Amino acid sequence: MEEELLEEILASYRGDRGELVPILQEVQDNLGYLPEKSMVDIAKFIGVPESHVYSVASFYAQFRLLPLGRKRIAVCRGTACHIRGAPQILNRIEKTIGLKEGETSDDLEYTLETVACFGCCALAPCIRVNMDVVGEMTSEKVDELFPPVIEGVKNDQ
Amino acid sequence: MTNEQKSILVGLGTCGISVGAEKVFSSLEKEVSNLNLTENIHVKRTGCQGFCQQEPIVVIEPEGFFYTKVNPDDAVEIAHSILLGGKPLERLFYREPITGKPIPHYRDIPFYSKQERILLKNCGKIDPEDIDDYLTVGGYQALRKALLEMTPEEIILEVKGSGLRGLGGAGFPTGLKWEACRRTTCEEKYVICNADEGDPGAFQDRSVMEGNPHSVLEGMIIAGYATGARNGLIYVRAEYPLAVKRLKIAIEQARQNRFLGGHILGSEVDFDIEIFQGAGAFVCGESTALVRSIEGKRGRPKPMPRARTTEIGLWNRPTLLNNVKSFANIPLIISNGSEWFAQKGTEKSKGTAIFSLTGKVVNCGLIEVPMGINLRKIIYDIGGGIPGGKALKAVQTGGPSGGCIPADMIDTPVDFDSLTKIGSIMGSGGMVVMDEDTCMVDVARYFLDFTRRESCGQCVPCRLGTKQMFEILDDITKGEGRPEDMDLLIELGEAIRRSSICGLGRTAPNPVLTTLRYFRDEYEAHIYEKRCPSGVCRVRKGSD
Repeated sequence: MEEELLEEILASYRGDRGELVPILQEVQDNLGYLPEKSMVDIAKFIGVPESHVYSVASFYAQFRLLPLGRKRIAVCRGTACHIRGAPQILNRIEKTIGLKEGETSDDLEYTLETVACFGCCALAPCIRVNMDVVGEMTSEKVDELFPPVIEGVKNDQ
Repeated sequence: MTNEQKSILVGLGTCGISVGAEKVFSSLEKEVSNLNLTENIHVKRTGCQGFCQQEPIVVIEPEGFFYTKVNPDDAVEIAHSILLGGKPLERLFYREPITGKPIPHYRDIPFYSKQERILLKNCGKIDPEDIDDYLTVGGYQALRKALLEMTPEEIILEVKGSGLRGLGGAGFPTGLKWEACRRTTCEEKYVICNADEGDPGAFQDRSVMEGNPHSVLEGMIIAGYATGARNGLIYVRAEYPLAVKRLKIAIEQARQNRFLGGHILGSEVDFDIEIFQGAGAFVCGESTALVRSIEGKRGRPKPMPRARTTEIGLWNRPTLLNNVKSFANIPLIISNGSEWFAQKGTEKSKGTAIFSLTGKVVNCGLIEVPMGINLRKIIYDIGGGIPGGKALKAVQTGGPSGGCIPADMIDTPVDFDSLTKIGSIMGSGGMVVMDEDTCMVDVARYFLDFTRRESCGQCVPCRLGTKQMFEILDDITKGEGRPEDMDLLIELGEAIRRSSICGLGRTAPNPVLTTLRYFRDEYEAHIYEKRCPSGVCRVRKGSD
């Protein structure tokens, strides 16, 4: 299924070098991450060494080389969030779901990441769950949003 | 029943949505349709109203009633209040923080009345997903004027005459950049809008794109005509999905209306715009790194000496790269003339500045002020001072490339040159207010943690230097600092500043150097007394 999907995605591109980042983004949007096989195929499609695709995929913060959880939690590390308690929020989430920053739970329920800034600074501290930004976070809101996972065995990225 | 046309504006920027504005919007729509009032009352989606902290915000026009922190359940009452004989909802009015006095109209709220909103004038007023709304406020009139009445040379003269300087941070004169790009003889050229707003604590570019995307497109099309470029590209960071969505809609509508594509407005000018989404790298705000990332490479800046991007840019073609706000200013300059623009601001910094005012300040949000205003007016008159009766300690401008300005220097005017003089920078417009509970060593550590992660790793001073600085700062915050560390940080900082390839490295030491200059006592307390005066750091010994 993955291969068909990849073929379908590649069919809408010409194979120019400048399409590399958009292709990686579309593949990740559909598969949730960049499987090794997809990077090999993309390299062939564009006509660049596999190492080039890997070097680009590993350079940008957006790209993931391992599967992600169904709920992707991103804690903002922006300046306004930092001085309004983001470290405490991150800490609380880490404890609640039993994962550290950059980790995914074994059951693929959660992935916990941090991002540089959502630009939602006036409502700091904020987090994002999948596509939804939640502002004015508090410890209580953390507990409401994330009922604790039983065994947070992890999958280090 | 009312027979007058009314609008209910709901601020649907990322900030509003994050606190539930979409639910407010849909319940208002539902209620208005339940009352069979869709003919008379227009429930309108707008971008950020600027006063993000009071979101969800609902504004009733034409009266200008300003409702704050609106709940979806308030929809029924709001809809009824508009009916004939209905009364405005006092309980939702903004309240003056000290006296608690309700202020019904946004124009009377000090947060708005003390600003000078030119660029942001229509942000929060028009529907960003409807080109007709932009057209009714005079949108694309500047494009018409530029294309049909002016030569490219005249446009460039006008931009030069306005004194507009790049609002992405560096402050390079925009007109000169345009002229340099115009002069190149290459057939193929690019106009790129830099919307890779990476500074943590800055969101004004996002708000402009979400609230008034057509103003950015209009500025870019004029730039295309002036420089002779046919290809436009907006480089938006992937963290801004709503901005991307609204820009896509705007581009499509502009194409349908013949503002983009071939023979724009019946002229000989061709120009089109595509969107490129950044993939999450702070360094890509730097021109050559940005260009490389579009070319499908790692976003690493080109070492100096190198040709200017205006000569050799994307795909080795001449490329004009300007910030979102710089482009959005262009229609205003063309419509109103360079003299109008040059009257605002100071001798060397013209026009207005937009800041994301955040942190420990009563009124957080997006503000626009004339260049040259002092920090005191921003923090106290517009920002409403520091919450909880706490004392102001510092103001951070310019993000990780900027510095911390101490409370006793808040009479400094805000313009490119004055801020540089005191060790900070104008930057892209982040302004984070810090109070007595903010530890300046922790802030310095925070920024170096950021730059250390974001360093592209290409040049040694930046890659290893920022890591070293971070580790020393980390030690200090843990109570493991040594007295000689302070001098070592300065020495390292100066070396990184002098020898890094790009702006990221060259400015990375600023937060450390300015905090050491203005808040040395805090470093000393951590090092000698093993104590964090603000109670933030978990210092190993002697902390309370």
